Amino acid sequence: MTEPLLQLRHLSKFFVVERSLLGRTISVLKAVDDLSFDIMPGETFGLVGESGCGKTTVGKMLVNLYRPTAGRILYQGTDLTGLPARERRRYCRDIQLIFQDPYASLNPRMTVGDIVAEPIRVNRLLPRDKVDDRVGYLFNAVGLSANYRNRFPHEFSGGQRQRVGIARALAMEPKLIVCDEPVSALDVSVQAQVLNLLAELSVQFGLTYLFIAHGLNVVKHVSDRVGVMYLGRLVEVAPKRDLYRNPLHPYTKALLSAIPVTNPAQRRTRILLEGDVSSPIDPAPGCRFAGRCYAKTGCAGCACDTQLPELVEVSPGHFVACYLHPAVG
Amino acid sequence: MTGVPPGEPMTVTAGPAGTAAACAAEARGVAEPPPKGGHGEAGLLLQVRGLSTDFAMKKGTVHAVIDVSFSVREGEVLAIVGESGSGKSVAALSVLGLLQPPGRCVAGEVLYKGRDLLKLPKGEMRDIRGNHISMIFQEPMTSLNPVFTIEDQLTESIRLHLKLDRRAAVKRAVEMLRLVGIPSPEKRIKDYPHQMSGGMRQRVMTAMALSCDPDLLIADEPTTALDVTIQAQILALISDLRDKIGMAVILITHDLGVVAETADRVIVMYCGQVVEEATTEQLFERPLHPYTLGLLRSIPTMEDTEATEPLYMIRGMVPNPLHLPRGCAFAPRCDRRRARCAAEQPALIEVEGRKLRCFLFEPGCNQAATALSPESAQAGGAVRRADSEVAP
Repeated sequence: MTEPLLQLRHLSKFFVVERSLLGRTISVLKAVDDLSFDIMPGETFGLVGESGCGKTTVGKMLVNLYRPTAGRILYQGTDLTGLPARERRRYCRDIQLIFQDPYASLNPRMTVGDIVAEPIRVNRLLPRDKVDDRVGYLFNAVGLSANYRNRFPHEFSGGQRQRVGIARALAMEPKLIVCDEPVSALDVSVQAQVLNLLAELSVQFGLTYLFIAHGLNVVKHVSDRVGVMYLGRLVEVAPKRDLYRNPLHPYTKALLSAIPVTNPAQRRTRILLEGDVSSPIDPAPGCRFAGRCYAKTGCAGCACDTQLPELVEVSPGHFVACYLHPAVG
Repeated sequence: MTGVPPGEPMTVTAGPAGTAAACAAEARGVAEPPPKGGHGEAGLLLQVRGLSTDFAMKKGTVHAVIDVSFSVREGEVLAIVGESGSGKSVAALSVLGLLQPPGRCVAGEVLYKGRDLLKLPKGEMRDIRGNHISMIFQEPMTSLNPVFTIEDQLTESIRLHLKLDRRAAVKRAVEMLRLVGIPSPEKRIKDYPHQMSGGMRQRVMTAMALSCDPDLLIADEPTTALDVTIQAQILALISDLRDKIGMAVILITHDLGVVAETADRVIVMYCGQVVEEATTEQLFERPLHPYTLGLLRSIPTMEDTEATEPLYMIRGMVPNPLHLPRGCAFAPRCDRRRARCAAEQPALIEVEGRKLRCFLFEPGCNQAATALSPESAQAGGAVRRADSEVAP
């Protein structure tokens, strides 16, 4: 049994929304609440959920942009959350991030060559005279001509910019890349190009991905295992096939049925969720999904409304947090 | 003034809405707009013929929309599909006369119930917009004015177009918000846009667009900024309203899944031109144009497949609009291009009741027998595979 590359244990991130005059916390936004899962080396773990469910916050904690409120991040067995800042930073090299918006994540005043070279220079990964070769190599790896290195981001299309962002992440020779919605800002035809590139690179460089997205079809294409988040909680984790063939959580079912399929003959009856995602600020006790759930047991004061369901393994590798499943509760 | 003509689609809500529409019809006496709900030839509502729109830029002229023709029947959902820069939004803005300089319609006509909208004076056009044709924009975050309440913004257009007094307008606004599924609309109408979520704001935009009982709704990427579950709600709402009040819809989108689920007919645009027009069934069962085919194949499927093969890619990029290729605009990226494609522009021809802009489908071009170059064999295979799927 191989060791997981990354283990998240009861990871939480709360943001204080309001403090009283005396500095006491009045209301709290629970962006990520008690999250636990593992990522095995070489696999792609897909994290899906709607906007505001906390999936980006998870990614930011992994790359040290946010400090977790509670819980641990174990990277190859080392607890990153307990490390002093200086030591924590050393691990940043191994975990890199690709951003969602290729228009906002590249400095418009730097050439793309400098953008890719900067992490190498700052971290003194290579002697100065070798940096240029390395940048050329990275450009080739992501399918850009090395001749473009003196151009500025505005001269590139969205897909090309995303390639620059990928080259910048690769410059640090990471083991794990957090891809935060890497293709949602791109056109369909370009989206396919970037997804294929990511798949190639994972083989070529032995990369592991945490792939964050809201498009379930994209996640299905790239992932080995998938976790579904709702309002800061994981509601279901399963190998890809299990999740798409046999979704157990009502939210996962609704999410799957909401995806438009490109086959008019297959227009299905959708599960239409009522209302919006409720606010993650001071959530009510009980299952976070209870307010929109169409399947919950109707009884007043039942477990759905009073107690948070735990994530329970109901078949090998398939976890679900819902009282409707007999194993949970 | 005869009041409401027969067939008036005013049955959104009983009572107040009906009077509102009647008042509106009365008030329109001066400008003499075309009668609402009047049936033109074979229920044709909008006919766009040879529409071309240019943007005169410093570096040259961008032909954003080139000789685009389409028509919308009453109660029909027509989807316009294309990637960014394909001209789909500009085409819609041209129809509504909302182009900002340097954009300019240089040719064509937009016939709405027989009248050319491009030639209407501004005042009459304003009457058409909102009363007869209304539009939902892509960004629910930026299309609402942040310093006015929902009530201010909703009643403004209702009072202007339906000539109602303030009280009646508020009543109507509340009805509209209820119709689009906003809970406790009497309270939420006092909200400012920032107090609402993205889905709510898109509903408000929809309510605003529908508040004057339009015959035609132009929805420009109405769900792109929304989550999938909210997208499903909005699409269901639009289909529902189409069924209830018989409104026609032009749905502009890049998402072929959305098209498959909601549209009756589809036009596919590439670089400002229509490359394929077909019914939704035809298009998805048997996409013919190489671009349509490529688009459909590059979407990750939700079907239960075991292997994760690489996705099909349309290679290269959309060409620079300032320097469109001389021949077929898609030729540089096409797997099945031949010498002729780079040299000549294909015309839009009719094939089996659909329209195509591709030399492969011209009469006399026996595509099955045409020797495919090795690299294009893949695409050819896909066509055959699609065929075999239709007839199991």
